[in-house]
Amino acid sequence: MDLFEYQGKQFFAEYGMPTSPGQIAFTVEEAVQAAEELGTPVMVKAQVHTGGRGKAGGVKFAANIEDVREHATNILGLDIKGHVVGRVWIEKASDIAEEYYASFTLDRSAKKHLGMLSKEGGVEIETVAEENPEAIAKIWVDPVDGLNEEECKEWVKAAALPDQAFDGAVDILMKLYEAYTSGDADLVEINPLILTPEGNVHVLDAKVTLDGNSIFRHEDYAQYDETQTRDERETAAHAKGLQYVGLEGSVGVIANGAGLAMSTVDVINQVGGKPANFLDIGGGANADVMAGALEVINNDPNVKAIFINIFGGITRGEEVANGILEAMQRVAIESPIVIRLDGTNADEGRAILEPNLSDSLLMEATMLDAAKTAVELAR
Amino acid sequence: MSIFVDETTKVIYQGLTGSQGSYYGRLNREYGTQVVAGTHPKKAGTDVDGVPIYANVAEAVQETGATASCIFIPAAGVRGAVMEAAEGGVTFIVAVTEGVPAHDEAHFYNQLKRDYPDVQLLGPNCPGIISPGKCNIGITAGHIAKAGGPVGIVSRSGTLTYQALYELKQKNIGVTTCVGIGGDPVPGTSFIDCLEAFETDPETKAIMMIGEIGGSAEEEAAEYIKDHVTKPVSSYIAGVTAPPGKKMGHAGAIVSGGKGTAQAKMEALEAAGVQVGNNPTEAGELMAEIVASF
Repeated sequence: MDLFEYQGKQFFAEYGMPTSPGQIAFTVEEAVQAAEELGTPVMVKAQVHTGGRGKAGGVKFAANIEDVREHATNILGLDIKGHVVGRVWIEKASDIAEEYYASFTLDRSAKKHLGMLSKEGGVEIETVAEENPEAIAKIWVDPVDGLNEEECKEWVKAAALPDQAFDGAVDILMKLYEAYTSGDADLVEINPLILTPEGNVHVLDAKVTLDGNSIFRHEDYAQYDETQTRDERETAAHAKGLQYVGLEGSVGVIANGAGLAMSTVDVINQVGGKPANFLDIGGGANADVMAGALEVINNDPNVKAIFINIFGGITRGEEVANGILEAMQRVAIESPIVIRLDGTNADEGRAILEPNLSDSLLMEATMLDAAKTAVELAR
Repeated sequence: MSIFVDETTKVIYQGLTGSQGSYYGRLNREYGTQVVAGTHPKKAGTDVDGVPIYANVAEAVQETGATASCIFIPAAGVRGAVMEAAEGGVTFIVAVTEGVPAHDEAHFYNQLKRDYPDVQLLGPNCPGIISPGKCNIGITAGHIAKAGGPVGIVSRSGTLTYQALYELKQKNIGVTTCVGIGGDPVPGTSFIDCLEAFETDPETKAIMMIGEIGGSAEEEAAEYIKDHVTKPVSSYIAGVTAPPGKKMGHAGAIVSGGKGTAQAKMEALEAAGVQVGNNPTEAGELMAEIVASF
């Protein structure tokens, strides 16, 4: 779950990290009111789940209320890499002496938490990693031990932050680690972490991704689920509890199991087609789940053909076949369907489907042939 | 032979009294797995289909001599269940449960390495392990696998594993052991753990490895194969055309910051001498050719 910048800052603030006062605004009037309450100068910042806001004109300095009105008018509704800005964060402007970078994420290879700290902040860390890798100080933290303050101090020294930023940086990094672990985050990133002319270290931007699997112990995370960027199709699939990712093509995909669904998307591409989605209905493939999946795919105007790819494991072929037929009766499907059914009792399942085959319901023996037929029908 | 589990393996089911646990526990038992005990803190002294329930893993181990455990506990309880199993004295733990927080996984992975280095954890979010004809722990349909070898399978995906087992069976090719390591960011058992075990298992003559996008486990496996594996390997990587930044069903299946792509994994494996198929069927055919050449 990706958080907006302001949600990330509020999340950080809960763990005691210093952030600037600010307010969220959905309209120009709200933005103006926020700026009046905060007092100018302020920053007007687009809230979108993508980087590159500054270059796209989504982050502006406003010296006075007129500026706020102008910038909010321009930024609200702005399209940044396909993300339309629906809210702006109005934040008290900060004076900046220096900009740093700090983050924690899981190093899947080392199976430890990885902290990265650099005195070259305010630019993309990937760029720093490429052009000046020595400028990034890394620390690997064993999740059982956690981060202790002595190690943290060594880390800050290794990053060669100036003396006046030292104590503030250590304090923030300790809290950042706490937010990362206690908050079940996949990623916490502060870029830039700033040093003000007065010598304060301060969070100026926040990028936070939370682990959706941890919601059972963070009831308040439901609020973030509601602000995820999803297209109409993804919203509908999410409401049905389906694992769905929207793609750009015309062949709707339904498969059981994440691996098989990924593989189905690949094979459609390999035979020259374009999949409309990734959809994993899980192991069972019963009529209810199948009907829900068909409904989501059927509502996608780009879909011209549907490929149902099922491997029966413990679920037997005849159950799968009956589930598909029942689901088709419940949903008025507009596109032709190609089925590939394999695995346990596949013959019995195919025998059930056989009498129902037509121009709009086809069956193929292999995944490759089924993909070819579906792609042909989608043309 | 087989790796990790065989007909002598006695297994405790943590969560045997639940709906999933009792269902798969029964299927595993019907397959021939020695399902010797279940655990539940409040149901000790009862039984499920005649399998005795103990209060915890330690008691179950003491009473039955079990060496393995299979976890069918909801995600919130998995961290506790894994540590209970290790403390209780089993040396092989299969965690089937999906949806375990990554921080929990990172924690118990490192805790096991430190305090229980002899314990092998498989999963979480995995279909389990099957040594066909001998032992089946988890949710794999046992009858789709042919017993006997010469192929060992290791995979991050459940259904693609089933597909592989099934295709090999149709070609009359047997499997020594099939290990589903699962699709989460911190799997307890890695490709390398399995490659190492297959390399030393005399009955395994060839290895099939099924990977997917995300992380660098396949690249690390390729390095290992280059230096340590003498047996032929065929492979398939799912997610060649997956869009970056999206989790494809599995928590660990995500291309982020240009890393973890299927292309990079396939290239690394090919460079290590692995025969890589473009789809699961092709990988199966490559394996059939390898077996035919023996």
